[in-house]
Formats: sequence, C-alpha cells, structure tokens
Amino acid sequence: MSASSSGKGNIPAIEVRDLTVAYREKPVLWDIDVSIPQGVLLAVVGPNGAGKTTLIKAILGLIKPAAGQVRVLGKPYSRHNRMVGYVPQRGSVDWDFPTNALDVVLMGRYGHLGWFRRPGSRDVELAMAALEQVGMAEFAQRQINQLSGGQQQRVFLARALVQDAPIYLMDEPFVGVDAKTETAIVDLLKALREQGKTVVVVHHDLQTLTEYYDWALLLNVRKIALGPVSEVITEDNLKVAYGGRTAIGVL
Amino acid sequence: MIMPQLEIMLIGSVVAVACVLPGVFLVLRGVALMSDAISHSILLGIILSFLVVRTLDSPLLIIGASLAGVLTVSLTEMLIRTKRIKKDAAIGLVFPVFFSIGVILICLKASNVHIDTDAVLLGELAFAPFHRMIMFGIDVGPHALWVMGVILVLNVALLIGFYKELKLSTFDSGLAASLGFSPVLVHYGLMTVTSVTAVGAFDAVGSILVVALMITPPATAFLLTERLPRMIGLSVLFGVLSAVAGYGFAHALDASIAGSMATMTGLFFTLALLFSPSQGLVTKFLTWKEQQVQFSAQMLAVQLLSHEGTDIESSENTIDNMVDHMGWRERDARRITRYAVQQGYIQREEKLLSLTPFGRELARKISIS
Amino acid sequence: MDLILLAFTDYTLRTVIMGTALLGIVSGALGSFAVLRKQSLLGDAISHAALPGICLAFLVFMTKSPFLLFLGAVGAGWLGTIMMMLVTKHTRLKQDAILGIVLSVFFGFGLVLLTWIQRMPNASQSGLNTFLFGNASTLLVEDVTMMAVLGVIVLVILIAMWKEFKILSFDPDFAHVSGFRVTALDVTLTTLIVVAIVLGLQTVGVVLMSAMVIAPAAAARQWTDRLGLMVVVAAIIGAFSGVIGALISSSVPKLPTGPTIVLVVSAFVMGSLLFAPNRGLLWAAYHQYQNRKHLRAQTVLANLFSLAQNHDDPHYPHDIAALRAIGHAAFSQAMRQLESESMVLHHGEDLWGLTDKGIEKAQSVAKDIDS
Repeated sequence: MSASSSGKGNIPAIEVRDLTVAYREKPVLWDIDVSIPQGVLLAVVGPNGAGKTTLIKAILGLIKPAAGQVRVLGKPYSRHNRMVGYVPQRGSVDWDFPTNALDVVLMGRYGHLGWFRRPGSRDVELAMAALEQVGMAEFAQRQINQLSGGQQQRVFLARALVQDAPIYLMDEPFVGVDAKTETAIVDLLKALREQGKTVVVVHHDLQTLTEYYDWALLLNVRKIALGPVSEVITEDNLKVAYGGRTAIGVL
Repeated sequence: MIMPQLEIMLIGSVVAVACVLPGVFLVLRGVALMSDAISHSILLGIILSFLVVRTLDSPLLIIGASLAGVLTVSLTEMLIRTKRIKKDAAIGLVFPVFFSIGVILICLKASNVHIDTDAVLLGELAFAPFHRMIMFGIDVGPHALWVMGVILVLNVALLIGFYKELKLSTFDSGLAASLGFSPVLVHYGLMTVTSVTAVGAFDAVGSILVVALMITPPATAFLLTERLPRMIGLSVLFGVLSAVAGYGFAHALDASIAGSMATMTGLFFTLALLFSPSQGLVTKFLTWKEQQVQFSAQMLAVQLLSHEGTDIESSENTIDNMVDHMGWRERDARRITRYAVQQGYIQREEKLLSLTPFGRELARKISIS
Repeated sequence: MDLILLAFTDYTLRTVIMGTALLGIVSGALGSFAVLRKQSLLGDAISHAALPGICLAFLVFMTKSPFLLFLGAVGAGWLGTIMMMLVTKHTRLKQDAILGIVLSVFFGFGLVLLTWIQRMPNASQSGLNTFLFGNASTLLVEDVTMMAVLGVIVLVILIAMWKEFKILSFDPDFAHVSGFRVTALDVTLTTLIVVAIVLGLQTVGVVLMSAMVIAPAAAARQWTDRLGLMVVVAAIIGAFSGVIGALISSSVPKLPTGPTIVLVVSAFVMGSLLFAPNRGLLWAAYHQYQNRKHLRAQTVLANLFSLAQNHDDPHYPHDIAALRAIGHAAFSQAMRQLESESMVLHHGEDLWGLTDKGIEKAQSVAKDIDS
C-alpha cells in the first residue's frame, strides 16, 4: 500500500483492488492489491502460472474477474481505452494473416480513429515513424509471416507506439527474440520512461531486472512485493515466490 | 404390423451402437467432423462401385465406399501438410468435391436406380424391413439388420482387441508411439472403421444421422463422465434410447425416422448440457453463485479483521460502508452478510458488523496464506 | 459462343447466371473472413442448421415468400451459431464435436419438419426440399432480386466496417484494447456470414454451401498477401465459378448446377495451390530446387578453395575424384553451372580449378559461414 504514497502525489496510473480471477474454480490471482504510480518502468515477475498474463488481461478488461476492481488513471476499465497501449504475446495472433508490417502498425491508430473512419496519410506517417523507431522501416511492406520472431515483436512494439498512450502494458516482449530486438526493446522502454509514460512489462529473466527496470511487482497468485527493484528482489521475497528452488544464486 | 416396427427399432439401435463405438474416439481425439466428411464422401465410392458391379447388394460396394472415405481423410491431411490451407478449411474443401462428383454421376448415369441423392442424405428407415435377407430360400430378417449386425460385431471385436492401443494413443499419443503403437496406424484404423460403419449405416439412416449418432451420444456421455469405459457405456445407452424414442416420435408425427432419431440425440445432449452434475450449465451457474457469495463473505471477514481495534471500526464496519468499499451491489451485500452470519463468520448488532472468534480465525488464515 | 449468346438471350438462364454470380460474390467475400478466423466449418454447420428455420417459417406463414423463408433460415442459422459459441465457452467439448452436433441435430429436426410438411394435404408441392441439394433452375427473378438487395447490403456493411472487421479478425484482444466492442463486432460479422450462407442455399443446397464459403477464399489466399485484395479476388473467383458452373450445367442435360459449381470452384483451389506465385506448391518446389542447386555450387566452391589452400596456388586444379571424396553432391551439374558463371576453369580431363572470381566468391562464402 505504500506504493501509492511514494508516487508523485497524483492519481496512480493503475490501481487494482481486491482482484481475484479464477479459471474453472481454481484461483489464478487471489486478492491482489496493486497501485502503480505514474511514470515508472515496472516489471511483473513470478514463476510460470503465477498469473502475470492474467493480471495484464484483467487490467485491460480482457478477462472478467471474479471479484475486485481495476482503475486506470482513476477511471474504471470500461472507459480507459486509448489510455493504454498494449503489446500482446507474439504467439497470440496468426502471423499467416494476409497483411504487411505497416498495416499491423496502422491498427494501433484505429482506437484514435473510432468507428468507421479510415486511417489517413497522417496515420501512415505516424506508423512509418514508429517503424523507424524500432528499426523496421525497410520492412514496412513485408508480409508479416516473412518476418523473423524478433521483427514481428518489433512490429507489435511499433503498433503500441502509435497508440500514443500514457500507459503501456507489454506481455513477455523479450521471449524468443534476437539480440538486436532485445536492444531495441530496452532502448524503447527507456525512451518511453523519459517521456513520462508508465510502462508495465511481464518479464521472465530475473538477471536483467535491475538493469532494465526501476520497479518490480513480484507475483505468485498473490502479490508478494511491489516497489523499487532493489527492495522487491530480495532473497526472502524470491523464496516466497519461487519456493526455495530457483531463487538462490540468481542474484 | 408389430414386427416391422420392432424391426425398425432394432435396426436403429444396432446402427446407433455400431456408430457410437468409433464415435467415442472421434470425439475424444478431436476429429469428430471427419465423420461428416466421410459420410458424404462415401457416396462417390458407392456410385463408382455400383457402376462397376451394377448391383446394390454386393459387398464390393462397402469396400469401394470405405476406400472413398479413407481417401477423403488422407487427401484432407495432405492438404493440411502443404501448410497453404488451415485444418478446418481443408476438411471443408475435400468432401464437397467427392460428394459433388457422386451426385453428378448419379444424375447422369444412374438416375433410374434405387440410389437417389435424397436417400443418401436422409435415409429411409421405414423401408428397411421390406428389403429382406434371403438365405437358402428362407427369410432370415431385414437385410439392413444383417449388414449392420456384422459391422457391429466387427466394431465390438476391434474395440475389445485394440482397447489398450486406442485408449493410450487417444490420451497420450507420445507414450503410445514410444511403446511402439504407431499413431498413424491407429488413426487410419479408426478412420477405416468409421468409413465402414458409415457405409453400412447410410443405406438405412442416411449420412446425416450417421453424423448425429457418431458425435452426439459420445459428446453427451463426455459431459457426464471422464472415465472411458463409462463413457462408452453411456454413449451406447443414449444411442439406443435415441433410436427407440426417435422412432416413437417419428411414428406419432408421421415424419422422417432418421431425422427424429437425430433430434432425440440432440434432446439428450441438451439435457446433459444443462443438468450434468459436473459440467452442466445450470449446475455450474448455481455453484458459481454460491462460490461468489462464499468468497465475498470471506473477503468481508478479512476486511473486518483489518479494521478491528482501530478507531474507524464503528464507522467502517457497517453494511452501507461495505457496499461502498467493496463495490458490491446493495442486494448482493445483504445476501453476503446473511451468508456470513449463517456460516458463523460474523455477528450483527443493528448496522454494525463484527467478527466471531471463528470468523477471526478464518480471516487470519486467509490473509496469511 | 452459342452458350454465351444464350446467356444473354435466354431468360431463365440469365436469371440463373445472375443468381449464381451474386452467390459467388457474396460468399467469396464473406467466406474470406470465415476462413481467416478459422471458422471455415461454420458454413457447413450454419447451412445445415438453417433447414428447420426454413420449415418453421413455412409452417408459421404458410407461404413460400423468399424473404420470409430467408428470415427463418437466418434465425435458425444464427441460433445454431450462438449455441456453438455458448457450448464452446462453457464445456470441455472440442469445437469440432460441437459443430457436428449442431449440424446434424438441427438438420435432423429440419428433416422431421420437412417430412411432416410434405405429408400435409395442402403443402405437398411446397418444394422446400430444393434447399437440400439446391436447384438453380428454380431461381425466379424475385429470388435473384432479393439476393441482389441483401448482397449489396451485406457488402456495404462489410466495406463500411472494414477496419473494424480487419482488426477483429487479426487480433480481437487488441480490438478490445483499442476501444471497439468486440462482442458486438463479432455478432455483426457472424450475422453477415450467416446471411451470405443462407442466400446461397436455394442455389447450391445445404450440403455444398460450405464449399462456396471456403473454396473461393482458400484459392484467393494463395494469390495475395493483402486482405483487401484477397476479398476481391475471392469474390471474383466465386462469381466466375458460379457463372461457369451454371453455363456448363445448362449445356449438359441432367447435370445438376450446385455440384457443378462446387467442382469448378474446387478446380480454382487446386490451380491456385499449384500455380500461384510465391505460395504455389510448384513455385515452392522450383525455389527449393534452385536453393539446393545454389547450395551445392557453393559447397563445391568452398571445397575447391580449401583443397587449393594446401598448395600455394589458389587456382590449383584438382581432380573431380578428390572433390567427390569430401562432398557427395552431383558434381557434373554443379561444375557446369559454376563454369557458366566463370567461377571455375576446366583444365582438361577431370581437372577443375578456381578462377579469380571463384576465389573471391569462395572467400565471401567462407566468411558467411563463419559469422
């Protein structure tokens, strides 16, 4: 609970209260209270099955929780669209879909356009700029199934960028990507933080935590700790999260 | 006229049992719609074989038609392997071609014989008793009963003989392969059995009832049990019940028997869908409601605990405040409070809520674990 | 030629052709979305599920008015779809089993109603069973008019909500996050697909309608990597199949229209699978052959180069037998290719050596392998 008070004194970027999510009677998230202040770069970590993706989806309103509420910049989730940019897991879509990289990035503008309006030349400019930023401009016209995994991930990042949202949620962007993409993502995360955006990233590699992020949320069905990385990633906390076996030696 | 009626119900039941046996495995293996594809494709096999042997009673017809069924399966799988077409689209592309060629051949070459397209699709069980099996000059019963009887015996024998292989390759194909049971062999064996059964049954009941009988009773059973032997038993039961009840329904309405039997399989499925003790929608809804209340009551106890001994206790621990704080609706809040009191978590004085010793214990346990 | 002339002069044939062309356009366009959303078999299930709706509409209104029968079919098809979605969501049954159940049970019930209607004294000529196998020759001008009006409405909605349907089909979660009401979109698109399917029932029938949904889209997908183009190509393929099928069947006595159309459209699929540029199987096989040839040549170059390193002269010729000893590719072909690119020089007999160009190439190949 100390999280919200250590923020900038304004409303938290994301506030989750008493959140419980269950699949087939089994709780995946249990009574989560999280308050993420604006402007932090936060990693969500925890073992497999800890409910990291579920938390992201619940914040976005993609999953109906059994109990609890989510507020994004003080508003309930049904009204926060266009305030959140989203990078889903790469495997969540069919990359054989007949479209090219530029087109996928343009989808990031759809939310701003609203119903029925088509993207215009300004949207194309924004999309190209975003592709440029992730080093993918030369692949704009490339069919998406001809891109490598890392390139596909960067297309997703560019799509989130053109959403131009104050808050970003990213689900495992580092999974299965090449070194070049990893650097591109890290640069992007830093750039977003410098612009004062709030970024929440589901992350799986404990070793890079301190290097990449300033805050962390340690999760294993329940919330274990939330705060600056150095305070959260302690041996005791990791033991609670991962159960003695994996945590030792990671630091 | 009792005999023909009994015979129809008997044929229907034999067809039903013969169909559900492969059907159970089709449903469990996620290839249920192959039965749809096969039951349509066999038309081409039948008409081609007919054009060769020029009679509808030859066993060659069953062989030719079954080959067409298996060929459909392998062509579909070939199409999927090209990776140019997704699985669902591939299934829906191959069998219409077979069926179309079959229909065209019937119209052009065989429009004057018994096979007409209506009969293929719809079947006419009402006429089955009139087509008798004559052995050594003696009438031994309806032809369809003999054909399906033999297929049923074969299916039962194969099921018993290969039960272990079928079960293992269905639930753990990796393990099955490592033990030396070829998954491809089991798969094609099952597809062959499905084809032969569909060919035998289509004459009596039409291809759509074949699909209904192969998929629906096993799916109904799957809603009721997780154990394979029980699932097979229940499928047989629902198959026979659908056949008998379907005949009664058709008789009362003077309507298609095959259609009525398919309708009955659907009726049993709907009942299981709603009221299955483990999977039923109604049952699930009730447990979900109950769980919601139980969960909320526990949350209420935790909430009360966190306020206990503080100076806000008297102002915070009221129903009104809970409505506000927990984001509950007024009506739900009253039900949750009532549940919590009933379960002995809390007690109520006027508007003020407080924990019982049991509730305090419970709340502590929840908040620690 | 006579046939085409006939198509413009013969009134019945003209009606049929217009009907089949419309059917092809609408099912091709909407089918593209069904195929991309992996709902290909929805077409099969919906078309079967529509039968009881048609019969019920007839029983209630006692008329064969195409529009009322259409409404009944759409209602039943829609109900079947909703039931499929519900059961998929709430039980552990696999989707294909659920499709099979809806397909066969709805159809079975439709059959009960159909046979019941046929035995009613005043309805024996209702002709509802044309819906089973379709009969393009029964298409009347009023049927075609209705198909045209509804087809245009469906296509206009599709174009108006293009962006929404695209994002829904590619990434529904992202559509939600972008503020679109995904459930509403899903229901709208599914309704359009249902309408497209039902429009074709009278022409090609319940059993074969699924092919009209899947085949044009599957064929079109091979030719293009753009959604918009795919939908247009699918509509064109659908229309051509409809027209060609109708023309063929009208020129051969007793040849049924529905199955003929299905065979034509399936031929389009086959042709596209084999011959489409990039995705076509022949194209892919040719590329693979080229790659293999290229790789083989590179291996030979690298081997010649490494053999030559044992001598001080990088041009040093070697016997082909020595090359065979370290590689195992078919050499004569590879050597001939390399010679034509002047990478190697034939020193007579079986002796081959690198040229300057070959050395340069071999070095860059070696560098590629290292990095």
